[in-house]
Amino acid sequence: MSFAAVHAPVIDYKALSPLMATVGGSVVVMLAGLIRARVVQRALVPLLTAASLLACFGLLIWVWEPGRQEPIISGALTVDTLALGLSALFLVAGLVTILLSFRAEAVREAGAGEYYTLLLGSISGMLVLAAASNLITLFVGIELLSIPLYVLCATELRRETSLEAGLKYLVIGSVGSATLLYGLALVYGATGQTDFGAIASAIGSDNGIGITDPLLLTGVALAATGLAFKASVAPFHQWTPDVYQGAPTPITTFMAVATKAAAFAIFLRLFDHALVDSQLDWGPALAALATTTIVIGNVGAIPQRSLKRMLAWSSVAQAGYMLAGVVVGTRLGVQATCLYLAVYLLMNVAAFAVVVARERASEHGDDLASIENLGQAQPWLAWPMTIAMLSLAGFPATAGFIGKFYLIDASVSGDYTWLGIVIVVGSVVSLVYYLRVIAVMWMGRYEVELPTLPTLPRRHVKPVGGWSPEGDARAHPEVTLVAVLAATATILFGLWPNPLFDAARDIGTSLASLF
Amino acid sequence: MTIHLSIVLFLPLAAALVGALLLPAPAMRWLVLAATVGVLAYVVVMLADFDSGSGGLQYVTDDEWISELGIRYQLGVDGLNLFLLALTAIAWVPCTLWSVFREHERPKLYFFMLALAETAVLGAFMAQDLALFVVFFDLMLVPFYFLIGGWGTGDRVRATTKFVIYTLAGSLLMLAAAVALGVLSTPEGGQISFSIAELTRRSTGTGTQEWIVLLFALAFFVKAPLFPLHGWIPETYRSTPLPVLALLSGVLSKVGVYGFLRIVLPTMPEGAQHWQELFIVVAVFSILYGSVLAFSQDNVRLVVAYSSIAQLGFITLGIFSFDDKGAQGAVIQMVNHGLVVVPLFLIIGVIAVRAKGSESLRELGGMAFRAPVLAALFLIVTLATLAMPGSPNFVGEILILFGTLEDKLVYGLVASAGVALAAVYMIRVYQRTMHNRVGPAVESRDLDRLDFVTIAPLVGVIVALGVYPQFVLHRSEDAVKDKVQVATRQSPGS
Repeated sequence: MSFAAVHAPVIDYKALSPLMATVGGSVVVMLAGLIRARVVQRALVPLLTAASLLACFGLLIWVWEPGRQEPIISGALTVDTLALGLSALFLVAGLVTILLSFRAEAVREAGAGEYYTLLLGSISGMLVLAAASNLITLFVGIELLSIPLYVLCATELRRETSLEAGLKYLVIGSVGSATLLYGLALVYGATGQTDFGAIASAIGSDNGIGITDPLLLTGVALAATGLAFKASVAPFHQWTPDVYQGAPTPITTFMAVATKAAAFAIFLRLFDHALVDSQLDWGPALAALATTTIVIGNVGAIPQRSLKRMLAWSSVAQAGYMLAGVVVGTRLGVQATCLYLAVYLLMNVAAFAVVVARERASEHGDDLASIENLGQAQPWLAWPMTIAMLSLAGFPATAGFIGKFYLIDASVSGDYTWLGIVIVVGSVVSLVYYLRVIAVMWMGRYEVELPTLPTLPRRHVKPVGGWSPEGDARAHPEVTLVAVLAATATILFGLWPNPLFDAARDIGTSLASLF
Repeated sequence: MTIHLSIVLFLPLAAALVGALLLPAPAMRWLVLAATVGVLAYVVVMLADFDSGSGGLQYVTDDEWISELGIRYQLGVDGLNLFLLALTAIAWVPCTLWSVFREHERPKLYFFMLALAETAVLGAFMAQDLALFVVFFDLMLVPFYFLIGGWGTGDRVRATTKFVIYTLAGSLLMLAAAVALGVLSTPEGGQISFSIAELTRRSTGTGTQEWIVLLFALAFFVKAPLFPLHGWIPETYRSTPLPVLALLSGVLSKVGVYGFLRIVLPTMPEGAQHWQELFIVVAVFSILYGSVLAFSQDNVRLVVAYSSIAQLGFITLGIFSFDDKGAQGAVIQMVNHGLVVVPLFLIIGVIAVRAKGSESLRELGGMAFRAPVLAALFLIVTLATLAMPGSPNFVGEILILFGTLEDKLVYGLVASAGVALAAVYMIRVYQRTMHNRVGPAVESRDLDRLDFVTIAPLVGVIVALGVYPQFVLHRSEDAVKDKVQVATRQSPGS
């Protein structure tokens, strides 16, 4: 009797455990969602989802180990601090989304089980993506994160714009994925490798292929384009305002903060790990992309009346700032980008939570008019929004200032001083639309000189808390809580950012090839 | 005795936070007022305790803040900022007092912002770390954005947005310049540092210094403001509530020019020398342009606004004369200008009440007859503004001109014209409001007790400084010489 020798890959279950928590969680949540009882749908399913995310978070801290890590599962995943640090952001974004979705229309219409399973699926995709260390896992991760999101965008089944957003995202996202896949195939064709590490040594070695190799160059360019779609980097950003506006706002929040972080995770892995030796070649191209993004994002945000569209354009601009950290290809750059992603999460969550709260209570929807005089009516919403706007604009004593400071620091240290100045000029332009939000909330009756959208009918909203501002404020305690917590964290990290820097330093150690 | 600068710095903000969260609005404003008085008391103790013999920093606080970025929480006082801190402390008391006795919508927010503004301005003057300076410099804008937009008059939102965008455009460029200075001056393998003392020791290439200085100057010129970066002035001055405007014009405008002496001259001497000629031209232009426009304005606020441009031109001229006397004149003139502008704006407020809210020179007049005390106080302030011999401003301007005439004769002569022009526009304002025919809507009456208590002490300080300017000169001498010498030491051929 003889046995064939089977070499199954050695699986490091410890390193894999965070991913198993969310994947397992999604199965449990899907099964629980089959029970139609009201208490299960309303309470148990979100609770199970949150439990799965929290378990993942705990495991993530357990696994956390600074320094370079060996890939696991035959080189498919590298669970290092870069992956884990960004995974922490996905988890926070997921928890926030659960809280914001608690009373959302979308959950009721799509069914809690389906909604939360998709959410967990998408987060699992992000975890895979952040840890991906070869081209195959990269693509698996990106599809696993995108496909649930296409569906989630369309979960407000009775609203036309939600369906439109889902469809648009599906079409454009697929184009992006296809471009990416084509690019990855060409990179494989040029180097004969799928491993990031192997690609790096194929390019880096003396007799290896240079980036000027046409096959490789085309591959890298196409892959960058595909990723730019996901990260909404201009000129591949056109879907962003429409999809952000159309999707249910909790999902928009999730997309704005988590998808962006996931896309940047892979930007960092691909450019600052696999291709880092040819930074001199791709650096200027990405820098040009960053500049375009900053300009287009900031200019595009100026004429927006819809808060969600404005935040969408602003997220385009912010992607441009973060790209600066990728461009320089240094450890400082990686750290600055990761730190800014964390800061970006906090301030956007605060802003989107306020939009969620107002959207449910105001007949103006997410129009600027919905937050008019909010300072007097609901200071607990107005302050978080104010802090978020000041932080996005980069005022000191907020985390946004620290983030921008670090990015400029990284740009100047990496010989891209001019990119630092572009960031600054972009911030100046951004004041126009960020300050307008604050003015509308605090400075009394003030007419915004923007055309009202003709197609925007007054929304019919169900009375919340008896139609009074005080009642509205009481109606969504969990949304207000999210806004207040995120804003408080924005201020605290603005005054005492050292914990963020400690985490960033740990993350910086994971990519050993950087100096 | 030990003086903790952090206490002075955060006293107003702490009082405002406690008041806003725990107290009802009427009690809160008294708490904020008490905090400003507390700051003043502390600063007076500091003035008495200050060791004028040592040129270095005193009462230094130096702690780690963000070690990763090399930013330290570093505060200190020397002869350069001692009197600017005093000016801040003095100016905030009457302006807060003025506000306490008037009704505001949303009083809590108003007083919170007023206190936050004081902390930010004190911080900018105390900071001995470049990044910390930038933090406070930008932070100042937040309270003023709210104060102008929330309680201003006219097209206030437009005015405040314009103000913030103008000034933040300058200061964000300064942020980039500051980061660049920190990074580029770091020696190979060294630790990045933003400490001004450390940056003074380190050196950067001349070419680098040149563009960095230019970005700093942009920020400071907008803040001051100097010609041609004064575009935000008319709308902002028209819309800002008067006590806030007194602070904006009297104190905030000094932060920029102070930055030249504190940061630019010591850390980038070669860059400063490179642009000396240009900055002097800008200063002289500002003097002439401001004076001429001040003469042609109808709105009283704008007369003072444009006269400020001229005065800040004088101060900049003194700094860039690179002369001990000129720079000392600049320092004392910063204090003087603040001291006269604050009562000027408060008096404008008093006058406007008596003219049914009008601030147009055409509709004012004849107030002195029934208001002798008001007229007397106004006269003293007017004479001080136009630098009458015997006033502290005379000392300041004469020192600046002496400093300039030594090396830059032509510019000095042109600038002297500004002194004469100041007499013209200030006397015009005084005549048109206090004398002349009684205006159509004017119902003159003398200062009531509260306004007197608010304004008279300020006038007292002006008179005292006029009598004994050595009080300032003596204490600031060493520090100022120190800064100027750094800049001139390496100058080729001197």
